[in-house]
Amino acid sequence: MAIVTTSKKACSVNPLKMSQPIGGSFAFMGLRGAMPLLHGSQGCTSFGLTLFVRHFKEAVPMQTTAMSEVATVLGGYENVEQAILNIYNRTKPEIIGINSTGVTETKGDDVEGFIRLIRQKHPQLEKVPLVYVATPDFKDAFQDGWEKTAARMVEVLVDPVEAEAARDPARVNVLPGCHLTPGDLDELRTIIEDFGLKPSFLPDLAGSLDGHIPDEFTPTTIGGIGVDEIATMGQAAWTIAIGAQMRRAAEAMQQKTGVPFRLFERLCGLIPNDEFIAFLSEISGRPVPAKYRRQRGQLADAMLDTHFHIGGRKLAIGAEPDLLFDLSSMLHEMGAEVAAAVTTTASPVLERVRTQEVLIGDLEDLEELAKARDCDLLITHSHGRQAASRLKIPFYRAGFPMFDRLGAGHQLSVGYRGTRDLVFDLANLVVGDREANHQPTPETWRTTDSGLQVVPPQLH
Amino acid sequence: MSSLSATIQDVFNEPGCGKNANKTEAERKKGCTKQLQPGGAAGGCAFDGAKIALQPFTDVAHLVHGPIACEGNSWDNRGSASSGSDLWRRSFTTDMNETDIVFGGEKRLYKAIKEVIEKYDPPAIFVYQTCVPAMIGDDINAVCKAAATKFGKPVIPVNSPGFVGPKNLGNKLAGEALLEHVIGTEEPDYTTPYDINIIGEYNLSGEFWQVKPLLDELGIRILSCISGDGKYRELAYSHRAKAAMMVCSKAMINVARKMEERYGIPYFEGSFYGIQDSSDSLREIARLLIERGAPAELMDRTEAVIAREETKAWAAIERFKPRFKDKKVLLITGGVKSWSVVAALQEAGLEIVGTSVKKSTKEDKERIKELMGQDAHMIEDMTPREMYKMLKDARADIMLSGGKSQFVALKAAMPWLDINQERCHAYMGYIGMVKLMEEIEKALYNPMWAQLRRPAPWDEAGMNWQAKAIAQMDAQAAEIAADPLLAEATRRAKKICHCKTVDLGSIEDAIAAHGLSTVNGVKEHTSASSGCGACKGRIEDILVAQPGPILQAAE
Repeated sequence: MAIVTTSKKACSVNPLKMSQPIGGSFAFMGLRGAMPLLHGSQGCTSFGLTLFVRHFKEAVPMQTTAMSEVATVLGGYENVEQAILNIYNRTKPEIIGINSTGVTETKGDDVEGFIRLIRQKHPQLEKVPLVYVATPDFKDAFQDGWEKTAARMVEVLVDPVEAEAARDPARVNVLPGCHLTPGDLDELRTIIEDFGLKPSFLPDLAGSLDGHIPDEFTPTTIGGIGVDEIATMGQAAWTIAIGAQMRRAAEAMQQKTGVPFRLFERLCGLIPNDEFIAFLSEISGRPVPAKYRRQRGQLADAMLDTHFHIGGRKLAIGAEPDLLFDLSSMLHEMGAEVAAAVTTTASPVLERVRTQEVLIGDLEDLEELAKARDCDLLITHSHGRQAASRLKIPFYRAGFPMFDRLGAGHQLSVGYRGTRDLVFDLANLVVGDREANHQPTPETWRTTDSGLQVVPPQLH
Repeated sequence: MSSLSATIQDVFNEPGCGKNANKTEAERKKGCTKQLQPGGAAGGCAFDGAKIALQPFTDVAHLVHGPIACEGNSWDNRGSASSGSDLWRRSFTTDMNETDIVFGGEKRLYKAIKEVIEKYDPPAIFVYQTCVPAMIGDDINAVCKAAATKFGKPVIPVNSPGFVGPKNLGNKLAGEALLEHVIGTEEPDYTTPYDINIIGEYNLSGEFWQVKPLLDELGIRILSCISGDGKYRELAYSHRAKAAMMVCSKAMINVARKMEERYGIPYFEGSFYGIQDSSDSLREIARLLIERGAPAELMDRTEAVIAREETKAWAAIERFKPRFKDKKVLLITGGVKSWSVVAALQEAGLEIVGTSVKKSTKEDKERIKELMGQDAHMIEDMTPREMYKMLKDARADIMLSGGKSQFVALKAAMPWLDINQERCHAYMGYIGMVKLMEEIEKALYNPMWAQLRRPAPWDEAGMNWQAKAIAQMDAQAAEIAADPLLAEATRRAKKICHCKTVDLGSIEDAIAAHGLSTVNGVKEHTSASSGCGACKGRIEDILVAQPGPILQAAE
């Protein structure tokens, strides 16, 4: 049981957290033909956009209502109207996803009201879904923006279904949290399809931000789940939610359509994947394919090979709640000690992180804790690079953003295979660090006044 | 202390800028940047601009007062290099929460300043205002003043909340903050006749260090660089420089001009991109210093260094000539920065087949013609399809552009090189040009391209997107060629004003019907150019191409 505390500092130093509205836009990027729109000043969009482009190395669609000082004070109806019309005329979107920001929430713009008026005034917009989610910057974090937006998509875009209606036993809804990469989604799709099931991912970043070269160049998202497919998600037999952040969307789905859900808080590690595969076998009525029996064996072997290096490591981890819970639990199960854990926002999973204390704080906190507790493995997003170079400990980049290394969209952590590759990567990082920085010398074990050194470098 | 709106009006009045000085008073009040288009805008806000301009001061703590978005989404995003402190790369923000919005964030800001000083003890703190605290009325000037008095340390308010305008305005507001609060507040230990300021240089990828050794060799001392690899104290005594170079952009022109007015420091606008420009800039620095009392022999030494470096650089570029024979470059960039690069590209034997004129002024276009010949291909806007066709028809082999068109080019399987500020290679000075040639060569001759342009084995010939796109374009072209009516309709349907969706036909009709001869006339009758104003140049071209009505009107 971890105690969850919140940093008392007035000044956040080296933030771990990113803002809620761009988490919302990120969710909209998993829809086909979508244009995410932030209702705020142009910087609100431009900062988020730059971050996504640096992470994915892809063109990313994202627009702004370009609120000026005057418009902000007088209210943004005209800006929202113009933005929607301009996007509609120029990009022919299948959906426009709108998130509010700190500026427009401080003023208190009634965007739902704006949208009603805009629809009355411009009947040509009738067929374009306009989904709005309130996501002020001064509350919550990136993951919360995703959570609220995904839930809102279900509420607005899924057609209601009678609880007793016949369902397609092969159809499965998958509601992934924002901690999963496009690569993770592709891996899950393969696994689910191997059980003869037909998954619908909402949102589906694998379709839009996996880096594929599209047939047609569009100014909106180049793939993802279509609005038409979302509408029919109520016909599925099951909903699989991944990450506690997706409980809200799964419950909304159940409430609206009666589709039961199963929440998998983790999909990294042996036991969570055993549960996942067993569940797929159960709902599909099919035996587990030989492929996954082999993959399970490979993961078990990878754990045997890597535990020498991962076991006993003192981990400092900074990540949003679901990613923190997933990775730290897996490493705990591999014998690592979760010595420092920092996160961005409240979540029910935090108290179950296998450590003494989880701090809602920043990367300065993480760096100080890692130093004080002699951590020798750092996991966080790319902004941890400065801390890592000061701490001089191996650094594994996980989460968003990852702007200083390539292939962020394809980094895997789910499934037997994803976990296998992840533990190899981590162990190799540790081995490389030992070779580079901790080679023994004739002096290494010479006793000094401080007595016997209890932790000699490992020699494997 | 002037109010923010007064400061903004002040920076809109820029006698140092030719473009600005030619405007009417009413035009000037609107500022030098385009009106923003909701749903059609790109680019950063004024806060972004202020932060970009000042962040490279390496030993300063940059504290952002606002909710998490402003700093949390953007920190550590610039590749400026530091020779000393890494404090500038740490991020400080008040991360305002709901309670702060309700009760005001001034107390949190004050406490934050205190924490930063206690933990990091920087020579100064820059405090950046953002939209939300500006809306709720947090007075950062007052907080900074109180904190400065209490802690005995400069705490500089940078009043440039995002919603007052675009990035470019933020650059200037940042400059105003320096002029008002920092420059002239300290004295250097000693001065020399060789002291200069470099203004508007951010030392991206450490590129200024490609030039600095030459200045060092000449005994020219950079008293202060604003702001790349800059230090607070150097900035504070920068008013003692003998001369200044404003690097290449108008971003900080207000700083250069006002330092000339207040402290008599003459400046010139120069660039270290390209061989000729580098030489010109070195000469100009020497000339200004000699004018201000440096010994005249400085010029002889400068000429000697220039001659040596140019010989070396041209010799190095010479070896690329056979590799670049018959290779064609497409140059897409908004900025002036590229002109100086053009000469070097041409010298290396590359043919420049086209350049973007989307953001160019009339003078820019003249300059392009001068450099590339009358029939230079000027591109307004280019779709990925057209780009691929250029490649396919062997009309271009490589594209040089800013980061934004990167994905379009790469996905069209076209070799591409970044020549804007996000790039990770340094291209300054004489060495930089050689480096640029190396990069172009690497990109051009990478064997990967041939593989990527091959269709997948299961694709029927002509069924991949490239082939389909070309077929489609060819079909359209053939159809148009076969049908003069369609050709005329297509020509007339060309969008001129994207904001107000006005096509060429409507503008021509209006010109003919009303005998229009000015852009304003066209604006009145068609509302073209009443949005962002970017199509002004296009409309001017249309007016020039319509001799009939204009002549009549003139007579």
